Amino acid sequence: MKELDLLAVKENLDTVTGFVDSELEQLGCSVKVRTQISIAVEEIFVNIASYAYDPETGPATVRTEIVNDPLSVVISFIDNGMPYDPLARPDPDVTLPLRERSIGGLGIFMVKQTMDDVVYNYKDGQNILTIRKQLE
Amino acid sequence: MDITITKNEKELTVAVAGRLDTLTSPELEAQLKKNLGDNEKLIFDFKDLKFISSAGLRVLLTSMQAMDGKGEMVLRNVSRSVMDIFEVTGFAEDLVFE
Repeated sequence: MKELDLLAVKENLDTVTGFVDSELEQLGCSVKVRTQISIAVEEIFVNIASYAYDPETGPATVRTEIVNDPLSVVISFIDNGMPYDPLARPDPDVTLPLRERSIGGLGIFMVKQTMDDVVYNYKDGQNILTIRKQLE
Repeated sequence: MDITITKNEKELTVAVAGRLDTLTSPELEAQLKKNLGDNEKLIFDFKDLKFISSAGLRVLLTSMQAMDGKGEMVLRNVSRSVMDIFEVTGFAEDLVFE
């Protein structure tokens, strides 16, 4: 298990994606899966950076863990901000023509579509969003 | 991310290389705002685009809306991994690929 503690600000996005990607690189994970995970990491971290402590800023923890049977990466995002369950919002209607769509909610929808599990917990004053992606 | 903009008559070609994400999308948006003008065709060349997140999709959507009524927007040389993202989000059906 590896952990990264940092300030939840957009400017730290590259640090977070780099941290996760270096873990995946060692596992010989496909480009497609790495791209999907990279998208998920961005959407979740940027959400925390934008809303969790708004208008202030605060800390976040990103934790990665490799589990077996089947080989998967589990990534948790933890913040102490306002309780917020991103999974509670309704999915956007992706069958609507683009011109009639509002773009909100598309990021978390992409996460739900591409990850094998997405779980939200609020515990001891912390938002904990955990994603799991199977690697084989 | 690198952006290369080429203008030919009323056609604007915007080549985007690298990652189009939360950090880089504002730059593309600003460049488009500055250059779109009265062009009748907007071409995105994604030959060297490796990654697009929802922030990048947002720019495509606003560009499409900006071109509404005055011309068309097309995408060229979209890679497999970027196309996967368009498919998951339902963008693939509404975008025009050349």
